[in-house]
Amino acid sequence: MQLDEIKKVLKANVLVGEDKLAMNIEAGAGGDLMSDLLRRPLNGVVVLSGLNTLQVIRTAVITGVAALVLVRGKEPDPEMVAQARLHGLPVLSTPFTMFTACGRLFSQGLRGIDQKLSE
Amino acid sequence: MPILSKRFSIKARDYLRAGEVAIEVKSILKTIGFDAELIRRVSICAYEAEINAVMHGGDGTLHLFVNTSAVGLVVRDSGPGIENIELAMKEGYSTASEEAREMGFGAGMGLPNIKKNSDSLKIDSEKGKGTLLAISFDLKAG
Repeated sequence: MQLDEIKKVLKANVLVGEDKLAMNIEAGAGGDLMSDLLRRPLNGVVVLSGLNTLQVIRTAVITGVAALVLVRGKEPDPEMVAQARLHGLPVLSTPFTMFTACGRLFSQGLRGIDQKLSE
Repeated sequence: MPILSKRFSIKARDYLRAGEVAIEVKSILKTIGFDAELIRRVSICAYEAEINAVMHGGDGTLHLFVNTSAVGLVVRDSGPGIENIELAMKEGYSTASEEAREMGFGAGMGLPNIKKNSDSLKIDSEKGKGTLLAISFDLKAG
């Protein structure tokens, strides 16, 4: 699924990475615990998180996350935006809750990383 | 002979900067041209170790070295030390502060994650004497 479609499905604002919306996203993951996200490779994965701190940006950079979506309308602070821009990480913000956002993406065909891992 | 040896300092309780060292480690390894999977494993270990030092440690250092057979990380802190290493290696066991939990850490996965992503992990710690982690990653021959 293209990042642009994720943006539409989630009615999201693009805060960083307007130029990367054509990027292909292979799977999705959700989490607020950084160590859970650090357990597996997340290349080509969109991560949905309710954690709105610099650490979510750093975790995404370290694990190779393709794009980050902040749920419940959270907006990153300027330092987060600067770091995301520096590392070329697209950041979106959706008004939906974590559960609803994941459900909307899943119902449009995006699958979780468990499927990606078992391939 | 080391091809590269670089030391970084880690400041205790500085949650704003926590992770900067790991990101620098990642970019150095990328410049050297290691494969993405190795870079991912080393960066994750550097990040978890750095966060541990920030959370629990007094100030500390992370030493990255690379030679022809391995990549190594030695992370020292002058914090309170680990009282029970066996317990600290259990997934879910945590002594993290509320402050660390608010940043998404302190789920008791740090050391287990380092073990899972490295080829060798040695922990030298005693209550009141700080902690030293020696983490290494084998480089495949050829």
